[in-house]
Amino acid sequence: MTYLDHAATTPMRARAIAVMSDALSTLGNASSLHTSGRRARRAVEESREDIADALGARPSEVLFTAGGTESDNLAVKGIFWARRAVDERRRRVLASAVEHHAVLDTVEWLAEHEGAEVTWLEADSWGRVAPETFERAVREAPDEVALATVMWANNEVGTINPVPEIAEIAERYGVPLHTDAVQAVETLPVDFGSSGVSALTMTGHKIGGPYGVGVLVLSREVACTPLLHGGGQEREVRSGTLDTPAVLALASALREAVDVRDRHADELTRLRDRLITGVREAVPDAVLNGDPGTVEGGRLPGNAHFTFPGCEGDSLLMLLDAKGIECSTGSACTAGVAEPSHVLLAMGADVRVARGSLRLTLGHDSTAEDVRTFLEALEPAVRRARSAGLSGLSKTSVGSATAPTEV
Amino acid sequence: MRVLAAMSGGVDSAVAAARAVDAGHDVTGVHLALSAKPGTLREGARGCCTVEDSRDARRAADILGIPFYVWDFAERFSEEVIETFVGEYAAGRTPNPCMTCNEKIKFEALLEKAMALGFDAVSTGHYARLSNESGVPELRRSRDEGKDQSYVLASLTPQQLRHAMFPLGHSLKSEVRAEAEQRDLAVAQKPDSHDICFIPDGDTKKFLESKLGERPGDMVDADSGEVLTQHSGVHGFTVGQRKGLGVDKPAPDGRPRYVLSLEPVSGTVKVGSADKLGVTEIDATRPVWPSESALDGPTECVAQIRAHGETGEAVAEMTGEGLRVRLSEPMRGVAPGQSVVLYRPDPAGDLVLGSAKISETR
Repeated sequence: MTYLDHAATTPMRARAIAVMSDALSTLGNASSLHTSGRRARRAVEESREDIADALGARPSEVLFTAGGTESDNLAVKGIFWARRAVDERRRRVLASAVEHHAVLDTVEWLAEHEGAEVTWLEADSWGRVAPETFERAVREAPDEVALATVMWANNEVGTINPVPEIAEIAERYGVPLHTDAVQAVETLPVDFGSSGVSALTMTGHKIGGPYGVGVLVLSREVACTPLLHGGGQEREVRSGTLDTPAVLALASALREAVDVRDRHADELTRLRDRLITGVREAVPDAVLNGDPGTVEGGRLPGNAHFTFPGCEGDSLLMLLDAKGIECSTGSACTAGVAEPSHVLLAMGADVRVARGSLRLTLGHDSTAEDVRTFLEALEPAVRRARSAGLSGLSKTSVGSATAPTEV
Repeated sequence: MRVLAAMSGGVDSAVAAARAVDAGHDVTGVHLALSAKPGTLREGARGCCTVEDSRDARRAADILGIPFYVWDFAERFSEEVIETFVGEYAAGRTPNPCMTCNEKIKFEALLEKAMALGFDAVSTGHYARLSNESGVPELRRSRDEGKDQSYVLASLTPQQLRHAMFPLGHSLKSEVRAEAEQRDLAVAQKPDSHDICFIPDGDTKKFLESKLGERPGDMVDADSGEVLTQHSGVHGFTVGQRKGLGVDKPAPDGRPRYVLSLEPVSGTVKVGSADKLGVTEIDATRPVWPSESALDGPTECVAQIRAHGETGEAVAEMTGEGLRVRLSEPMRGVAPGQSVVLYRPDPAGDLVLGSAKISETR
């Protein structure tokens, strides 16, 4: 099997598996006061310190959650509610148009149910939010902004946002900035303290840790109304018995990822560049979406995202899957239907381009062999998928389906 | 063979896929997403449009151990099936959207895509017997007469049928359910779908009104020419309809009134007594011959004008590009837009000779 979908999930690291397996057979609720409870608590707090250290945060800023979606929901809703409670005028949310659905849908929910006013921050044709765009939006009425949210790196096209620059502007206007760094932590130098953001989302299974556990790094200065009420385990902001084995494994995976990060990022970048070059050789009219990746810090080291004009992504996915090559057409949705990606649409692509795209993402166990296997299979798959055309679309709208379209 | 199994999430297509696997084919399951906004709540089985149906299809594919994908045909479906459906009603005709879907989506858009991607055939859970052994396709009624779906497949061309598989044609529905149970398919007891899948509440009139708005016209007594009432659009009526005419005044002879004809340009709906409803001659256009052979001179056959509708003995013959069908007994509720399907009776399953779209009746 050739796995090129690390942005969806990446294999758990061996050490994290060992740590988690051990912990699963150890009794103890981290909130209990007796010996096994204290033992669990100690392990959790050591993990918290490890994670804080790896992310450039203080231990008290690390809140454990059930994953990226919960962290995003907690930050966006919680900070919105808390800031509006202090000042009724603060109802505006500034959000980039290319956010993950965990942020996008949360913001839309606030607009529909909580009277939030939304300013969607435009992204450029690479999917990047410019600091100037952000500043123009925030300075209109900074006193009315509840929070801003801009992802660190895009999960689909891999474009990296200038988050520290945006955070500086946010701070100047007194606006808390949340960033979804789910895709960034494993390969980019993410440092909470020096980045200047107020809240940061990360999750275990994208860095070689377990599913179902994540972190919201939340500055002590930022108030956040809880989503989940109960025992108040995490700083009274998040309730629920801590998942000690998952927390330990997350800490182990993050430690390992951060220790090897620079070297890993270099290797991945080389592998990704080989992939991009190879795709262009095999399919000359393929269009790389997102940042061109020619400057460090522009594009996630493991991400390559292409449009193959005249193909449907789901045809390509099926043909490659049949050859044992696993990749993604974009962000999967609950019904299993590949909807045209909102990220590509926000970047100015039309529906046909959005449907013909494939996301290839490399990770910590990717090899040159993976890239080679994929490149060998690509050209015949594209040829075949092209002959199938854009069958699901209206006949009238596919008239120029085979003409290459620049994104 | 490499077979693409269209899986709606119902019991029939699941068992059909299972039989294709058992027959030794290399099967891949595909669920067609036909609605841009799939509802999330199911009330009974609605055929093909909900997230639950998609999940049911996926679970069946899991049990069969075959790859499974969801393909988005919503835009094409909307254009080819829903817009055609609405347009036909607006023109005073009575369409069959399932027939259009088979013709344009399952065995055109899907089949073409499947063939291009390297598949040899598309299998579905339709109840009809199909044999390609003699070199020309032979499409016959299913063994389960109550479930027979040969009518809605009769507009498929030989080219389409050559790449079609209907593994359930020789089975009774009860056998299919029992087999699903035996195979541990969770959909074994899922209710059958009856409604038009894109009108989940079954209220066709309301659906058409939402698409076409009000197009008022007169309802006229066919005998006297008297205007009985105003109606909100010909699309609210079908030839042969008795209920819901909105006329208070009884007919002079006290007999119930039926819709006799629809005139979309003037917006006139003509109503009259049942004896005027009988049709003995049908003109139809665009004939399709599933077995490749057009009629050669006047041909005795059995005609059917609706899915699961009554049948009647007839003599059919070509009239230039079209088809004329003379019925030995008058048939009621024959509406332009419906298809007339011609069968040759056969103990091995009535053979579909051809089908054509009804344009005029006398």
